Amino acid sequence: MTATAETPQVTGPLTGLRQQVLVLYLASSALDARVVGWSAYDGTGGTHPTTGDSDVPPYATGLDALKDGWRLFQASQLHQPYPGHEYDVSFLKHEFFFEKLV
Amino acid sequence: MPQPHRKHLLTSVQMAHFVATGALRMDAVVPDEMNQQAIEVLNNGIPGVPYGTPLSEAFVDSDFVQRLVRLPEVAGAIHSLVGPEPTVDHHAVHIRKAHEGEAQNLHGDAIIDVRTDAFDVQLMYYPQDVTLEMGGTLSVPGSHLRKTNESDTGRYQNLLGQTRLVCPAGTVQFLHHGIWHGGRKNDSDLDRYMFKIRFNPTVRQVRLWNTDDLYDEAVAAELEQSFPWYENATGRLERYNRILLWRAISGDDTYDPNYWVTRVSNRPQRVVADRVNNPHAAANKKEMA
Repeated sequence: MTATAETPQVTGPLTGLRQQVLVLYLASSALDARVVGWSAYDGTGGTHPTTGDSDVPPYATGLDALKDGWRLFQASQLHQPYPGHEYDVSFLKHEFFFEKLV
Repeated sequence: MPQPHRKHLLTSVQMAHFVATGALRMDAVVPDEMNQQAIEVLNNGIPGVPYGTPLSEAFVDSDFVQRLVRLPEVAGAIHSLVGPEPTVDHHAVHIRKAHEGEAQNLHGDAIIDVRTDAFDVQLMYYPQDVTLEMGGTLSVPGSHLRKTNESDTGRYQNLLGQTRLVCPAGTVQFLHHGIWHGGRKNDSDLDRYMFKIRFNPTVRQVRLWNTDDLYDEAVAAELEQSFPWYENATGRLERYNRILLWRAISGDDTYDPNYWVTRVSNRPQRVVADRVNNPHAAANKKEMA
């Protein structure tokens, strides 16, 4: 008997839930450090956060976002400086990604 | 271009401000009579200039731009920052239509630039009053020494202490070529205008300004300032890099008001050996029991 391979159907999300993503940039690698930068992306399409739209961060610290129900799913790793580039400054180092499913 | 009068050159404190922040703002420096003409001039477009054209040979077909760059305060700032006879890298008229939907991502112009002893400046001229709602230029003070490439910073929407430009008509802003910036969304009923010229220096950028106040304490205060968006550790590296830039443009390789560069570059050469290893050492030192 020959097995028939089932073709996975391409469909929308099963749950109907949408992801909201919040990115917080913190003053150090500690999650309870103060917020120095922020970005937001709304998978519901209900809001349209964009560049330069606010001077006030949504939370004072990363921990405050957790307390408000955001789930952390990624934090930047700590890397030692590449030899010869110890004094270079570049991107913000302490980037934390949060999500809410709504 | 005629040499600007010394009284119109920038001071050392203003230059230190530029080195620290990457920006220098001159409010309402362009006379109203020119601002009144500007919208029509910008709507008609400014004739092209080939890359690298000396400023005195550029804009031969635009009396308006010639008058703009020869305004005493503007000419003094250009001379102080990039010296006599800079070349025109490029220029552009930016018009953001009323209720235009999109903001520009945060970016640095051109590609990554790792020069530590030279910089270009961008003149940005705003002929109208710019309100917050009109979405003037967003820029991030103190971002200009970061080694990032063009729009790789596009993920950053807001940084604490960012500058959302609100200014009176006739304002000119000079920006270091590396500064993170972007045109904000225009939520107003008015079209917003901005005219930009990028200048390349043709001389070493050393003491081109009025240096009477070179060792004023306010110079160090400018160079030492921090910004709310800096991370704790990287903020100190910013000061280190600023001191290197200040040394380059002031010609003083010893300048270091808070010792950031000195302590990490100190390589003492004197060798002190104790008597066990050096029988020729003087014997009159008392040794601990």
